[in-house]
Amino acid sequence: MPSIEQQLREFVVNNFLFGQGGDQLSNRDSFLEKGIVDSTGVLELVAFLEEQYQIKIDDEELVPANLDSIDNLVRFIEKKSPTTR
Amino acid sequence: MQLEEFLERSAGQSPDKIALVCGDQRLTYREIEEQCNRLAHALSAMGIRRGDRVAVYLDNSAEAVLSIFAVLKAGAVFLMVNPTTKTEKLAYILNNCRAAALMTHAKKLPVLKDGLHAIPHLQNIIVAGALTEAIENGAKRFANLNELLTQHRSSTRPPVKRNIDIDLAALIYTSGSTGNPKGVMMTHLNMVTAVRSITQYLENTGDDVILSALPLSFDYGLYQILMGFAAGATVILEPSFAYPQVILQKLSAENVTGFPLVPTMVALLLQMKGLLPGQFPRLRYISNTAAALPPSHIERLSALFPSTRIYSMYGLTECKRVSYLPPDQLSIRPSSVGKAIPNTEVYIVDEQGGRVGPGTVGELVVRGAHVMKGYWEKQDETDRVLKPGPLPGEKVLYTGDLFRMDEEGYLYFVGRKDDIIKTRGEKVSPKEVEAVLYTLPEVKEAAVIGVPDPILGQAIKAVVVLADGSALSDRDVMRHCAAHLEDFMVPKSVEFRASLPKTTTGKISKRELGLPMGGR
Repeated sequence: MPSIEQQLREFVVNNFLFGQGGDQLSNRDSFLEKGIVDSTGVLELVAFLEEQYQIKIDDEELVPANLDSIDNLVRFIEKKSPTTR
Repeated sequence: MQLEEFLERSAGQSPDKIALVCGDQRLTYREIEEQCNRLAHALSAMGIRRGDRVAVYLDNSAEAVLSIFAVLKAGAVFLMVNPTTKTEKLAYILNNCRAAALMTHAKKLPVLKDGLHAIPHLQNIIVAGALTEAIENGAKRFANLNELLTQHRSSTRPPVKRNIDIDLAALIYTSGSTGNPKGVMMTHLNMVTAVRSITQYLENTGDDVILSALPLSFDYGLYQILMGFAAGATVILEPSFAYPQVILQKLSAENVTGFPLVPTMVALLLQMKGLLPGQFPRLRYISNTAAALPPSHIERLSALFPSTRIYSMYGLTECKRVSYLPPDQLSIRPSSVGKAIPNTEVYIVDEQGGRVGPGTVGELVVRGAHVMKGYWEKQDETDRVLKPGPLPGEKVLYTGDLFRMDEEGYLYFVGRKDDIIKTRGEKVSPKEVEAVLYTLPEVKEAAVIGVPDPILGQAIKAVVVLADGSALSDRDVMRHCAAHLEDFMVPKSVEFRASLPKTTTGKISKRELGLPMGGR
């Protein structure tokens, strides 16, 4: 089974980069600064996380520190859903 | 009066007041005034003259705000370019207005590099942020914004004014029905008139704190700065609305009193589960424009912000703002966009240009000192919208928007005369997207329509017929569009069909395309 990082990367590349250019995206890159996600992108991302990892994300958690890079996402998912480790 | 005098007056009256908050930066009116004066002198020293066009290609940032007022103080004309604009369109816009200078950020240089040779008039490129690589590009001169400020640090007084108020202050590029963007020519008088009218009905004062996450390249976003500075208020400029939670935290932390929104932002706010009624007692007003809010959203917004006045407004770039609904009317006629703003007259005409009475649908016409001078070097397109008015020689604005009026004179938006799409509050010309689709060799026919979307208002949909033997996926199409169009213009969905419905004259029938499959 692919790692969380691989799963998240695949989702981001497929949905926000239309399947290409993933090699240009480092795990530390801010999605906002790179212009990869906008407000509807964040909604799609949250829907994916809730479905894929069977978690509930509160409003207070919808912040860049949790969601704005692959590194941040991995950290957030591991914290929210320890069993996925 | 000239537009930059809003800043100059507020800097004179309340120099130590915070004018602008951008991330960690908190700038006073004096700081902004002095920085803008330095930068204006630097622009003049570079050879920027009265009436020259200077493009600002920056994200929402303090540098963008400094650039706007520095350009004005230098007597030049600013134009904001959406920061997600790709190389070809940027080149088109800069060539169209023969921009003499470009203000941008070091991180945008990779996008720019390949296009610069195609912009012959552009001589000066002023770069914010650290220049990480040396750029060699023929005769073009690169300068670092901070270095310019340091070089001109003693020039804290404004340059001598040479403009009068009928000179141009800005070009605002807007999606044109022919596909190419058009530069809306706004004079100082146009913009000062609009600012005064809007701040009058919003009752803006120096006590206001306005939070805007609207792009400065969108006139609604740009005017938040102009209005805030006119009132001597504080503007909190946010780079994005992608994280509404962050915005809500700032609403509280900064004691925000004014919160301009578009329906997409309202829809995002209403999705938040933890938002409770009455959390923001300091918030004096919310404004909404670009499209009407659905009545259910108005109801929920009013419940969540019980002490906040909600202004439904309507306007178009060509005159900035047309009408607003007094907040006390919102519960009585929620779908109305109200009456003309102060110092503006509106009426509705039929196809022959005759005025129609209440209840009859026709085109809305706007009369006022805020109506643009025309589209930059596009006389035919200008003549289609600026037509003779009541006074001899006068021109009034035909909006292309269909409206009706009720018995008491309140306006209701009915639809567009053309097929322009409104998504996320921004106008998108289907032709512009279709032109990009047709550059794909596999595409035989393409049509772009707006489909209803609960968040975006309208979502852009591409309907494509592939050439025989070609294969493309929806992702291929979207990726191609994303490489050539601003983010908000990229189709959200792609449908492949064997053929497109045609009218009797052989044109693609958008009306039929908009219907569900088989729903004729």
